[in-house]
Amino acid sequence: MKRVQFSSPLLPYLFLAPQLAVIVIFFYWPSVRAIQSSFYLEDPFGFGSTFVGFDNYLGVLLSPEYLSIARFTAIFTATVTFFSLALGLLLAVKADAVIRGNAAYKTLLISVYAIAPPVAGLIGMMFFDQHIGPFVKIAAFLGWDMKVGLSYFDTAFAMIFVAVWKQIPYNFIFFLSGLQALPASVREAAAIDCRSGIKRFWTVIFPLLAPTAFFLLIINVTYALFDTFGVIDVMVKDKAANNPITLVYKVYMDGFRGNDIGGSSAQSVILMIVVFVLTVLQFRFIERRIHYT
Amino acid sequence: MATIEIDKVSKIYHGNVPAVSEVDIRIADGEFIVLVGPSGCGKSTLLRMVAGLETISSGTVRIGDRIVNDVEPADRDIAMVFQNYALYPHMTVRENLAYGLKNRRTPKPEIEARVAEAARMLELGPYLDRKPRALSGGQRQRVAMGRAIVRQPSAFLFDEPLSNLDAKLRVSMRGEIKRLQRRVGTTSLYVTHDQLEAMTLADRLVVLNGGRIEQIGRPLDVYHAPASTFVASFIGSPAMNLVQGELHGSKLAIGPALIDLGKAVPTQGAVTVGFRAEDLQAAAPGGTAAEGGSMPLRVDYVEELGSQRLVHGMVGDQAVTVALSSDATLRGEMPVTIPIGRLHFFDAESGRRLPWSSAEPHRTATAPDLLETAR
Ligand SMILES: Nc1ncnc2c1ncn2[C@@H]1O[C@H](COP(=O)(O)OP(=O)(O)O)[C@@H](O)[C@H]1O
Ligand SMILES: [Mg+2]
Repeated sequence: MKRVQFSSPLLPYLFLAPQLAVIVIFFYWPSVRAIQSSFYLEDPFGFGSTFVGFDNYLGVLLSPEYLSIARFTAIFTATVTFFSLALGLLLAVKADAVIRGNAAYKTLLISVYAIAPPVAGLIGMMFFDQHIGPFVKIAAFLGWDMKVGLSYFDTAFAMIFVAVWKQIPYNFIFFLSGLQALPASVREAAAIDCRSGIKRFWTVIFPLLAPTAFFLLIINVTYALFDTFGVIDVMVKDKAANNPITLVYKVYMDGFRGNDIGGSSAQSVILMIVVFVLTVLQFRFIERRIHYT
Repeated sequence: MATIEIDKVSKIYHGNVPAVSEVDIRIADGEFIVLVGPSGCGKSTLLRMVAGLETISSGTVRIGDRIVNDVEPADRDIAMVFQNYALYPHMTVRENLAYGLKNRRTPKPEIEARVAEAARMLELGPYLDRKPRALSGGQRQRVAMGRAIVRQPSAFLFDEPLSNLDAKLRVSMRGEIKRLQRRVGTTSLYVTHDQLEAMTLADRLVVLNGGRIEQIGRPLDVYHAPASTFVASFIGSPAMNLVQGELHGSKLAIGPALIDLGKAVPTQGAVTVGFRAEDLQAAAPGGTAAEGGSMPLRVDYVEELGSQRLVHGMVGDQAVTVALSSDATLRGEMPVTIPIGRLHFFDAESGRRLPWSSAEPHRTATAPDLLETAR
């Protein structure tokens, strides 16, 4: 680590101040506000609020609707994370085999994919458009009458598909750079020691890629929980009643549509705790097995 | 154990000049062959073609009695030691050693026995449960050696395995590699750019230049009869003096000096003359040059090596280095003499050695002989 000497002991804090301000204003302050309002029952028309203790939490946790949304969120998150990681890795391994040693190819692939995620998201949505979506047409051809936004299962399928589709490029880039950064001689030593390419992948290459995979796991879980909001919003188009939604969308629905600030705040506090616990668990049980080079 | 036959092997990376062209080497069972040459001369490329890590553009490689051109690296029954060791960083030393055997379905007790034996030979016992990052460079190097040894392959391939070590460790590991190879008797192909390493390790040297073989031979044969000016300047330290000379009748002119060669003259006219720094002697003060040719040397500077001193100077307008004992007297202008038999002649154009027989034959001891007596 490089040590830098500042002429005044206050100077480093001054440099950090803008960053700290951003974190405090946009992260800690809202969190504190959410915790605060989760203990109050807010008048929907803005005429004051009443302290209700843990009532909001109990109301949330005892609601069967909330629990079923929580269940869907768990399935959704696990599925999206698994498929976007697996497919990103698969594509990266295939691309790596092609571009090994060819720098021009690499830059091209990475720059194309770097601008792609928003575009990919848009294309993904269009796949399932009721009128022009090719996926809907193909499904119809196979006898599956897809009704995204109307049928619970079809909507869930489309949501997961688009969420995975959007995230693959991101995972692809990280896995590809991870693969490219592996020392060539270690792979060659493995090629001499082990005939089976698949076995080589799981015994040498994947363990060396584990730091990247772990980082992506955390990013992808967070993505599936929070950043899929836009996808869900477009799919359910405010008609959440019979459609699958995730916990984050429920927070938004209750808070901004239902004007139940207290309940919504309680939900977001619960979400915060869930994410915190999840991250701690991942670090505790997975990170320990990772070998950082 | 096996022979390796490299037959007219070339490598052309697409569109470029050949990195290796038409190389022929026959390696006997148990032989230690060293490929030596400057950086970029195609040593690694050739080795990697034998290993199967690089495709062969043309020619054939045989290991044992099998053509291996299209055989996967894992099926060639070779083991390779890499310059940066290429240990598996996530595995312990024990797992590193066992990995190749496990993948070949070697029975577990057998794996354990072989790992234990290699660990004993290389003194790796205390480190078996460590990860590579917790080892020093020398220890990593020994693990890499161990990984090759446990496999008991037909051949060892080494690609500059000592280049990442400091000078002292390099010398001791060099000895260790030679000792181990003698003990297990495995055919070895060893790549290095270090001529000293090549001289000390090789049963036979292969000197490569620009993808082509300049010379194959036992280290002392190459040292005493370099096949070209390239080999002459590459093998031996300090490098052999190479100067332009002129042959008229039996007289050799080097700048202002005139040397009488007697009857046997290799050619006439312009020629490149080579002589080693240690073959030159300071002429006795006031003495004549009866025992050989004498040249006037203008001394530029002196390098003290402790055991000897290297005197750098000019004969006429050509640079010449002389190795003298450390108690030799130095003068600004001094005559140096060379025994006629220690002169080498090379074609002035092609640089190829010109055969000639002088009164004094060159020494014939070979490196393995010397090693035998040294032990
Ligand atoms: N993958 C490659 N693609 C193109 N040229 C290469 C490749 N590998 C090596 N070369 C070229 O082939 C020549 C020989 O390289 P190499 O065998 O690595 O030399 P050495 O090991 O003797 O230093 C060099 O000119 C090098 O630039
Ligand atoms: Mg090399």
